[in-house]
Amino acid sequence: MSLDDLYKEVILDHYKNPRNKRELPEAELSCSRNNPLCGDEITVYAHVADGNVADVAFVGQGCSISQSSASMLTEAVKGKPVPEALHLAADFRGMMAGEVDPSEDEFGDLVALKGVVKYPIRIKCAVLAWDVLQEALAGAGEATASAAH
Amino acid sequence: MATVARTGTPVLDVERIRKDFPILDRRIHDRPLVYLDSAATSQKPRAVIDAIVDYYERHNANIHRSVHTLAEEATVMYEAARSKLAGWVGSDDPATIVFNRGTTEAVNLVAHGWGRKFLREGDEIVLSELEHHSNIIPWQLVAQATGAVLRYVPVTDEGRLDLDAFDSLLGPRAKLVAISGMSNVLGTMPPLRRIADDAHAVGALVLVDGAQLVPHAPVDVRMLDCDFLTISGHKMLGPTASGGLYAKREHLEAMDPFLGGGEMIREVGRDTSTWREIPWKFEAGTMNIAEEIGLAAAIEYLEPIGMDAVRAHEEDVAQYAIDRLNEVGARVFGPHDMTERGAEVSFWFRDIHPHDLSQVLDQEGVAIRAGHHCTQILHRVLGVPATSRASFYLYNTRDEVDALIAALEKAGELFG
Repeated sequence: MSLDDLYKEVILDHYKNPRNKRELPEAELSCSRNNPLCGDEITVYAHVADGNVADVAFVGQGCSISQSSASMLTEAVKGKPVPEALHLAADFRGMMAGEVDPSEDEFGDLVALKGVVKYPIRIKCAVLAWDVLQEALAGAGEATASAAH
Repeated sequence: MATVARTGTPVLDVERIRKDFPILDRRIHDRPLVYLDSAATSQKPRAVIDAIVDYYERHNANIHRSVHTLAEEATVMYEAARSKLAGWVGSDDPATIVFNRGTTEAVNLVAHGWGRKFLREGDEIVLSELEHHSNIIPWQLVAQATGAVLRYVPVTDEGRLDLDAFDSLLGPRAKLVAISGMSNVLGTMPPLRRIADDAHAVGALVLVDGAQLVPHAPVDVRMLDCDFLTISGHKMLGPTASGGLYAKREHLEAMDPFLGGGEMIREVGRDTSTWREIPWKFEAGTMNIAEEIGLAAAIEYLEPIGMDAVRAHEEDVAQYAIDRLNEVGARVFGPHDMTERGAEVSFWFRDIHPHDLSQVLDQEGVAIRAGHHCTQILHRVLGVPATSRASFYLYNTRDEVDALIAALEKAGELFG
């Protein structure tokens, strides 16, 4: 087992130059969570329009795995219909459980996080942002449902 | 290589000691294990492991119950362990030692047995910002149940307790001062006797959280004049879930039981019951018999070495670590002079998150702790979300400090 499997270049790049790391004033959905074991914190903001994740951003602090995962998340779900974003979150969790073999097409840069699976203690770091996204988007369903009535 | 004390006399033969710890032969990622996480739990010498095996192979039975030979042997061994631990902390009365799973359970025992019985609305419990969650949460729960109020002694920029603030916090409503004898993050060693004298002057009792202090320094409850001292066995070469509480006899007698069940009763009625004498009033159910016997073996291992020698050795290795960490630009938290601190050395290195740092170090065989070390309040005061901590014990060497520094440099290259 080599550290290069974990700290791939693309992960370090997202960590040092995070994408969409900012607050999002127009976001009607947001969720914050921290990992009480290590103190990592992530807030995800999402703006949903016409059933699509029109914009998404995050703020937070923590290790390279939690922060790069959040950065990649924003790139991966931006512009996607909400159900597809939730589907990707489920697949990402599946990859971390070693149950889903990721395709480059669906996962893009996120494939780089596959190496985390070999370091079980760090899986919670990688999954944190996705938990937060899922909780934030859960509000989108309610918003849509109440709009339909 | 023997440590040379300030007097110039070799006090501790670390190479010989290292041979007593089987786990130190392990290799991690094909490198020698450099174990710098003894503040989380210490490694165990062969003598402790053998004592547990011997107990299970030759003496195992439940204590204080049956009259057969094994039960008698097990009971004698268990009670001998109690006497051993009492003597180790300076008490000549074995009944002042209650066995339980260690410091967390010991604080909870005092919080329930003493706090819930004697604290009233508006009474004050004085803690410090240094405290481990195990010396905060039980008091929060008691405060919520009784209406008592928590007060926190602030920590200065140098990582010491602000004693002027302590004096001004200590009013007539103060009923208990619960303070760490050695910080698990900063190593800070508050002046415990002064604190106890001041607390007693206003009628407050004193609990010393000895989780780090007892394993790393000579401790005598008569000198400290503390009312309660919590003791962790697994941090002082003993098995996990060993250790317990020292308390002055009159407090144990006045306290209510914590856990109810078998063995802690004298006579059981349908609605009420009476309790056994101390310390058994606090030992419900089958106890950690093998673990406490293992702890006695740990004390027997430490006795000929002596805690003065352990402390002198740790001062040498940890001071070397602090100096080298400063050299490579790490920010070391807490006092920098080992004469006023223990060997728990927390630091921040080049903005590399502690989790990443500890992952890279592990690849080099170096085991440190990363995170908030169960001290979220202190980390908020320090202004960092987490720290890396290297902690040292009698089996660590200056060479291992060099391995730590070399591994840090590697992490610096990776994340630079």
